[in-house]
Amino acid sequence: MLKYVIKRVLMVIPVMIGVSIIVFALMRVFSPDPAPIVLGQHATIETIEAWRDANGLNDPVVTQYFKYLTGAFKGDLGTSYYTKTPVTEEIFARFPATIELAIAAIVFASIVGILLGVVAAVKKNSIFDAAGSLFALVGVSIPIFWLGILLIMFFSGYLHLLPSGGRIDVLLKPAEVTGFYMIDALLEGNWEAFGNALQHIILPALALGMYSMAIITRMTRSSMLETLGQDYIRTARAKGISEGKVIGKHALRPSLIPVTTVIGLQFGSLLGGALLTESVFSWPGIGKFTVDCILKSDFPVVQGIVLLVAVIFATINLVADLAYATLDPRIKYSSKKER
Amino acid sequence: MSEWNQSSVNEVPSRGSESQKADETFAMGIALPDGQIPVYDHDETFHEKPENQWLEMWRSLRANRAALVSLVFVLALVVIAVIGPYITPYNPIETEMSNALKPPSAEHWFGTDQLGMDIFSRVIAGTRVSLTVGLLAVSIALTTGIVLGAIAGYAGGWVDTVIMRVMDMMLAIPSILLAITLMAALGKGIDKAVIAIGLVSIPEYARIVRGNILSIKENDYIAAAHVVGLSDARIIFRHVLPNALSVIIVRATLGISSAILDTAALGFLGLGVQPPQPEWGDMLGRARGFIFQAPHTLLYPGMAITATVLAFNLLGDGLRDALDPRARIK
Repeated sequence: MLKYVIKRVLMVIPVMIGVSIIVFALMRVFSPDPAPIVLGQHATIETIEAWRDANGLNDPVVTQYFKYLTGAFKGDLGTSYYTKTPVTEEIFARFPATIELAIAAIVFASIVGILLGVVAAVKKNSIFDAAGSLFALVGVSIPIFWLGILLIMFFSGYLHLLPSGGRIDVLLKPAEVTGFYMIDALLEGNWEAFGNALQHIILPALALGMYSMAIITRMTRSSMLETLGQDYIRTARAKGISEGKVIGKHALRPSLIPVTTVIGLQFGSLLGGALLTESVFSWPGIGKFTVDCILKSDFPVVQGIVLLVAVIFATINLVADLAYATLDPRIKYSSKKER
Repeated sequence: MSEWNQSSVNEVPSRGSESQKADETFAMGIALPDGQIPVYDHDETFHEKPENQWLEMWRSLRANRAALVSLVFVLALVVIAVIGPYITPYNPIETEMSNALKPPSAEHWFGTDQLGMDIFSRVIAGTRVSLTVGLLAVSIALTTGIVLGAIAGYAGGWVDTVIMRVMDMMLAIPSILLAITLMAALGKGIDKAVIAIGLVSIPEYARIVRGNILSIKENDYIAAAHVVGLSDARIIFRHVLPNALSVIIVRATLGISSAILDTAALGFLGLGVQPPQPEWGDMLGRARGFIFQAPHTLLYPGMAITATVLAFNLLGDGLRDALDPRARIK
């Protein structure tokens, strides 16, 4: 098992270096010169040259890349062209907001998705199955940003139930400890702030999680159907075990093995979806920030974010793989046999 | 597998003979594109001429009501995309500030937007952009993906490793983030959006094609083709790829829907089509500020995107079922 883990971890490194090359090439080689954009139209040639020198843009590209790479290994991703703040600081100031949102979304997607999938499989060809399939189909077809807009229209505009944007009321903002407002509020014992943060996160989490929910529903349904067709389920039923126990105990666990992998992959893709959701709900995370930085050619920040997202994505895949190996005894045994 | 066996025996006894025949076809291996079953042609167990694969597919697709309705819808969209600009009641890019943000009425069916442009006309005219971008982006991804996947799967060795590692790198970045980053490098505009969306979906196709080729390569008739002395290129394009075609078609149909979603997303962020050209995502992005004041501006373009994407998804699902011999039996 340990060997398997080490092998999987080592496989990530070349992919990450490749990602850094792709992003670096895109930003520094193929993109238009950032200097006139950052310095404005009225900058003179001298100031532009001085700025390019100061930011190392006049070095050969390969030199630039290796400087960047060695910096990255030391945790230095450069500084923003605009704020002059280190990129890592810029990112980590906004990162908890995105992670908080993504976790809320994946929790919603997993609970509802697995529930719908199990019901659809158990009551196959019933009205529940049809409704579940339809719901899942709409879930994968609706644009995330339009769903967000619809949710705001209905829950904020029409019902006046939930706020239309932001993370929390400014006055209730808890002292930052973890950066996750809901946890920070609990640490303070401030229930009002917790409730307020919860209210703010519901709509964006619904919008962001809908697609994943649909995928998880489909996956759970087909996986559950396959398990329910197995002989040992028939045996369990023949032994007279109650139907609830057959489904809850004998069928559910093996069915969830492929679902965990899907949940892991979905969590990674949520980081992409966060770009759009955060823009719709003015959620102050890295998604909205990325779009802003791309629009104003703040390349060091964009590079840092893409690299970070890729690392997280790879880590999640790794964790999902390992969870899979833990849940499915067959994988563990076969890897033992090999070694 | 077991579930399928059960259902074919217990649930649909009336279709027993038909499913049995399909069962045999399936067991014989993959039919050649012209529907002939190689080698087994003269076999006694086949009393009739083997059916044409496409005909059988169509029959199965026709039985799937949802897929059929979506096929009709997609065809209607194509017609609208072609003749749309000639049938809009108003000029879709004509502004009339005195008539801005009017709710739907007899004159303006979907109302007017923040610049007084007729939303109905813009939604109709926007069909062309979305479909064109979807088709073009998928074509780029498909051709590049097929070539790369075919080479990787067929050649194997270090060529395979290099190609697939690069694909892994692209897959390590969420596609919409990669597309936006590409747009930053290429600049705004619809032509660039096509390239960006096409490029980011290459790995998907390359992977599918490679996987299929690896399994098809093991068949005896490929070995036979080698023995006969056919060139590698001929074997790939005439004997291997046609057998992976069904999987590719399904993937491409579903790919169009995600390309349309991505186009809308880029438009929504202001990176796609530049105004005043009508595009659904761009319409939503620009009308966003009027969410409470004039919700109708945000309703119809979103519906258009959702309906179109839904139709391509349903069609893709239907095609997959129609092309999968196992599902066909059900």
